[in-house]
Amino acid sequence: MNKVVRLAVMGALLAAAVPALSATPVTLTVASFPDLDRDIKVAIPLYKKVHPEVEIKLVSRERVDHVNAVTTQLASGTGLPDLIGLEIGFVGRFVASGGLEDLSKAPYNVNQYQNQVTGYSWAQAKGPNGDQYAIPVDIGPGTMFYRKDLMDKAGVTEADLNKSWESYLAAGKKVKAATGAYLVASPVDIKDIYIRSNLKNGEGIYFDKSGKVIVAGNPRFENAFKLAKEAQDAGIAGNIKQWTNDWAAGFQHDQIATQPIGAWLNGHLAHWLAPDEGGKWRATNLPQGAYASWGGSFYAIPAKSTHKAEAYEFLKFLTLNREQQLATFKEMDAFPSLKSAQDDPIMSEPLPYLGGQKAREMWREAAKHIPEIPINKNDGVAEDIINDQLDQVVHQNKDIKAALADAQADIERRARR
Amino acid sequence: MESVLSPAASVQTRPRKKRIQAWKWAPYLFISPFLIIFCVFGIFPLLFSATLSFAQWDPAAGFGAIKWIHFDNYKFVLTDSWFWKSLGNTVYIAIASGLPQHLVAIPFAAFLSTVIRGRNAVLGAYFVPFITSSVAIALIFSSLFSKDFGAINAILMSLHNLPGIGIIFPDHKIDWLLDTSLVKPTVSFVVFWRYVGWNTVLYLAAMQTIPEDLYEAATLDGAGTFRKFWHITLPMIRPMMFFAVSLTLINNLQLFEEPFILLGDNGGIGQAGMTTAMYMYRTAFYFSDFGTACAISWVMFIVIAVLSYGNHKLFALAGGKEE
Repeated sequence: MNKVVRLAVMGALLAAAVPALSATPVTLTVASFPDLDRDIKVAIPLYKKVHPEVEIKLVSRERVDHVNAVTTQLASGTGLPDLIGLEIGFVGRFVASGGLEDLSKAPYNVNQYQNQVTGYSWAQAKGPNGDQYAIPVDIGPGTMFYRKDLMDKAGVTEADLNKSWESYLAAGKKVKAATGAYLVASPVDIKDIYIRSNLKNGEGIYFDKSGKVIVAGNPRFENAFKLAKEAQDAGIAGNIKQWTNDWAAGFQHDQIATQPIGAWLNGHLAHWLAPDEGGKWRATNLPQGAYASWGGSFYAIPAKSTHKAEAYEFLKFLTLNREQQLATFKEMDAFPSLKSAQDDPIMSEPLPYLGGQKAREMWREAAKHIPEIPINKNDGVAEDIINDQLDQVVHQNKDIKAALADAQADIERRARR
Repeated sequence: MESVLSPAASVQTRPRKKRIQAWKWAPYLFISPFLIIFCVFGIFPLLFSATLSFAQWDPAAGFGAIKWIHFDNYKFVLTDSWFWKSLGNTVYIAIASGLPQHLVAIPFAAFLSTVIRGRNAVLGAYFVPFITSSVAIALIFSSLFSKDFGAINAILMSLHNLPGIGIIFPDHKIDWLLDTSLVKPTVSFVVFWRYVGWNTVLYLAAMQTIPEDLYEAATLDGAGTFRKFWHITLPMIRPMMFFAVSLTLINNLQLFEEPFILLGDNGGIGQAGMTTAMYMYRTAFYFSDFGTACAISWVMFIVIAVLSYGNHKLFALAGGKEE
């Protein structure tokens, strides 16, 4: 080996060593679950460009396993990740636990970014004192997916579907008669979207801002139960639960004509639920001018994380970087929570699965109408109790007012603990 | 290894008045791997859950958030309509799946004990469900039982279209897992199907230990097949019956996987198939209420202990003086 080569090698080694010396290497652990873990997979190469010194390790578990694992880690204070991905259904629980870092305080002062992010979604991760414990990364504006081909066969127009809830159910009867398909997979689907619709700012789904249960005598619940029961009695609602084999089979075998749910279902339909039905689906607004929030994901930093500063930098990248938000949107149809990302031309692209419809513009508009809904750590318990009562109303003819009164008592009993 | 050998070596090199008696503690050393694992994964969780049943604790808040509330969790559980509903479901499924297991397994084992050719193949086939993952079983059955796309309804529908006998089969698709009146029988059937082979193996093993001369003497006295079964086989397998029934009792009262996967985490429509074990799991991991979940498990422990004791007394009674 001659001198020149040796020098060149030395130079190359030095050059390689310089960035490593400038910042100490850090490994951040991110705990997440499918499909949200794809957000991290998209982010890693992009983040490497700006922060080559940070290694990111993704630990992905099944949805419920993920929550159990993180719960155990928070309980024992060991093995904690530096960043936790949270689905809306679990945010309330973790925010209330006190195990997460308060991001509204110094050195983070995350509230300075509040205006950049979709307002209602930001509010969902607030603690009881208005402190911010998690930052939204994607949002789920509620929408109605429907099968254009089945509607055409039944002579039903889009206006019939979303003019009012009554016209929606009437359309369902026509669809059932003409095609044999159910209007909705389950009466629960109607109830679920209705109780999330047209909330006022500061009004939660089951609890108000002060934590009071607002179920009994609430017309929002009474109407939701009434509509669900009507749909069941008319035979236009199936008994198919979401996320089951039957649900996917129902989509694939033309058994489900509409699905009111979060806009993110488009990605699931196209990728795995019913990829062969592309072009037959469309999306429209919810009946009677309703706007609802359905789903959404967040990131939070555990209070006992050892790399809080680096984790916060990465958190900001995931939630406030336009390029990253759009990259994830392209990858998995997770609607960006960052307002500036919502103005990208990609929003006006026709969606092939929805027959070339420019549905994202509609969803963006819907997101602007969704009120700020406080979440409660007992939302999960309340949902269980409501579903139990709805089953009794729909399948065992229980009186709606009595069912809601029972639900109210049950939720209060459990929430007081 | 070294730690095991070195004390023995020191005994040899440094003789003292009071010799270390290796044989006294060596047995404990040798079983210590088991004891350590048992303490960590057996005793500790047991004591921890007993302690937690007197506390209110959201684990995500850390150990500091444990709040002692005396018997409140037990009061909550015993006045909780969901708990009683789940206990009712559990007992229903335990009986509906447990009783037929034994009523089928005993005659079946008696029949198999008279067959020599191909017995092991048949036994093996019946035993396979027992060693198959319950998750796999539940997944297969959930697609078999599917209302619109399941094989069972497809077969029933085609049978209904048969001329003549078709009339005894239903004319509509049956919602096996969503009709509240069918949920428990359906789950019970899957549990029955799974454990009947296991019980057959137990009973067959017991029957093979019965001395052949008892049967020969009975034959000489003119006893028929049924009398021999009733007066020889049944009394002789009584200890095994006690063992098998106890196992069924304990396992069925802790039933979890099959209904969990067949019906979903909340036990299906109207919680018709929510067993107590599922309710406990839900309370802990969905409602984040570990204290109440621990109390549920201890109430369940008492129920199982009482029923097991009753079962023991029952068999002792049936055995008369022999016991």
